[in-house]
Amino acid sequence: MELDSLYQEVILDHYRSPHHKGLSDDKDIQVHHNNPSCGDEITLNLKVQEGKVSDISWDGVGCSISMASASVMSDLLIGKTFREANVIFEAFMELMQSKGRSDGDESLLEDGVAFAGVSKFPARIKCALLSWMAFKDAAIQVME
Amino acid sequence: MNLDLSEYKKDFPIFQRKVRGGNSLVYLDSAATSQKPTAVIEAESNFYRTINAAVHRGAHLLAEEASDAFEMSRSNVASFIGADSSEVVFTKSATESLNIIAYSLGNPDSRINIKSGDQIVVTEMEHHANLIPWQQLAKRTGASLSWLSFTEDGRIDLSNIKDVINSKTKIVAVTHQSNVFGTILPIDEISKAARAVGALVVLDACQSAPHFPINVKELDVDFLAFSGHKTLGPTGIGVLWGKHQLLEKLEPVVFGGSMVDSVTMTGATWASAPRKFEAGVPNMAQAVGLSAAIDYLRSIGLNNIAEYEHELTKYLLEGLASMSGIKVIGPLDLKDRGGVISFTVDGVHPHDVGQVLDQYGIAVRTGHHCAWPLMRKLKIAGTTRASFHLYNNREDIKQLIDGIEKVKSYFKVAK
Repeated sequence: MELDSLYQEVILDHYRSPHHKGLSDDKDIQVHHNNPSCGDEITLNLKVQEGKVSDISWDGVGCSISMASASVMSDLLIGKTFREANVIFEAFMELMQSKGRSDGDESLLEDGVAFAGVSKFPARIKCALLSWMAFKDAAIQVME
Repeated sequence: MNLDLSEYKKDFPIFQRKVRGGNSLVYLDSAATSQKPTAVIEAESNFYRTINAAVHRGAHLLAEEASDAFEMSRSNVASFIGADSSEVVFTKSATESLNIIAYSLGNPDSRINIKSGDQIVVTEMEHHANLIPWQQLAKRTGASLSWLSFTEDGRIDLSNIKDVINSKTKIVAVTHQSNVFGTILPIDEISKAARAVGALVVLDACQSAPHFPINVKELDVDFLAFSGHKTLGPTGIGVLWGKHQLLEKLEPVVFGGSMVDSVTMTGATWASAPRKFEAGVPNMAQAVGLSAAIDYLRSIGLNNIAEYEHELTKYLLEGLASMSGIKVIGPLDLKDRGGVISFTVDGVHPHDVGQVLDQYGIAVRTGHHCAWPLMRKLKIAGTTRASFHLYNNREDIKQLIDGIEKVKSYFKVAK
C-alpha cells in the first residue's frame, strides 16, 4: 500500500520511542519552531563544543513524521562537526525534494532514508523538515 | 432516514473522479470549501462565454447585460439573507468582508468608529478571520479586546456575558456556527446583550449561510459576512452585508474606479453603499456563479438541507460514540448543532489520521482549523474534522467509521 512507503516501521518506532526527547539544561542556544499550517511545534536545544554538535535535545508536539524526524536527526547529528552535519543536512534536503525518485544515501543518512517515501507526499515534507529547520536556525545563531 | 437528498450528488461532477488508492471520493471537508454543482460551473463559464464585459461601465450591449447579471446576483444574495440589495457588498471572500468592517471602523473619518478606551468583544472559538482583524483594530485604535469563553462541551459560556459586554463595548463580533465544534451560537441572546449597551453586532455566517436558512432581520445583527465558495459557489466571491444606514457611515477601505461620486486632482467623494466598497472591476462571473448556487440551494430547500445534515450528524455522533479511543471535541447532543464534527483519536496525531483516511479516498480536515486559540485552551494540538453538505450520505459516514478503525489498527492503538 502507498501508505506503507510513508509510514516505514523505522519511522513509527522512532515516533513511539523518540530519542533525545526532553530538553537538557546544558545548552548554548534554544530555538522554537512551529508549522503554522498544522500547529506542530518543536523546541530544540543545541550544545556546541570544539566545532562539534556535542548535544541536541528537543521537545515538541506533532505528527509521527515530524516527531520521528526530530528523533532521527538528533541521532544523526550529535557528535558530528558542523561541516559533517551540513553534508547530512543537505543530503536530507535533497531526499525530501526527490519526489520519490531517490532512496537516499544510507551510509550518510542511516535511519533517515526511511523518510524517502515522505517526498511523495508534498503536504508531509514540511513535517519531516520541522526539526531540521530548527537545527539549521540554532546552528546559524550559535555561529554568530 | 426520513429525508433523502442522495439524488443530488450526481449534480456534482467532482464525484466522478477517483482519488488516492483508486477510491471514489468521500468528501467530508465542506466546512473548508464546498464542492460545486454543474449549475454553478455552467453559470460562471457562461458569463465568460456570452456576456463578459466590465460591469457599470461602457455603453455597449455586453456591458449592459453583464451589469444586469451582476446586479441580479446582488438581489438574489439579498433575498437569500432577507436583506435589501443596497446592503449587499460583493467582496473577494468572507475574510475580506470582515477585514473591510474592522478596517473602516478604525478610520476616524468613519462616522461610527472605534476609539481608545472602547472595547471590542469576540468569542474564544472564533476562526482567525473573525479574530485577527479585531486584534489589529484594537491595536491601531488603542481599544481593548475581550472575549466570551466556551464550556467544556464547546458551547458558548454566557454566564459572565453582562461583565464581558459592558458599557465600553462598541463591537461584538461572533461566529454563527463554530467551524471546530459545530455549535450554533445563541445570537439572539448575544444581540440582546449588545443592544443593551448600544454595541454593534458583526456575524460571521460562513458556516451557517450555506447550511440553514438565515434572515438578517430576525437575527438582529448589524453586519454579516459569508463566503461564496462554502455555499456551493465559486471561489473569489464573498458577501458583506450591513444595515444601509451603517454602511453609509463607514469610509471605504479600497479606492479606485467605480466607487466614486466625483473626483478632482486633489480629492474624491464616494458613491453610495454598496458601490463605494467595490473599487475596481469586481469578480463578476463569480457573483453570477454564487447566484446560481443560491438558486440551486433554494430549489432543494435550506430547511431540507439542514434537516438532512442534522440526520447525518446524528448518525456520525452515534457511530463515534460506539468506538473506543475517540473523543468528540464539541457538543455530543444535537441541540443547536450543525454538521461539523471534530474528534481526536487517542495516540494518533490528527495529521496521521487524515493521511490514513486519505488512502481510502476520505477527505477530512486536520489540525487547528484556523482556530489556534481554541486548541490552546483545550490543550490539544488539533483535531480531525468531518463536515457535511447535501451531497454526503450515510455511506460516507460508514466509510469514515471504517476508516477510523483502520487508522487505529495501522497505528496499533487500543481496540
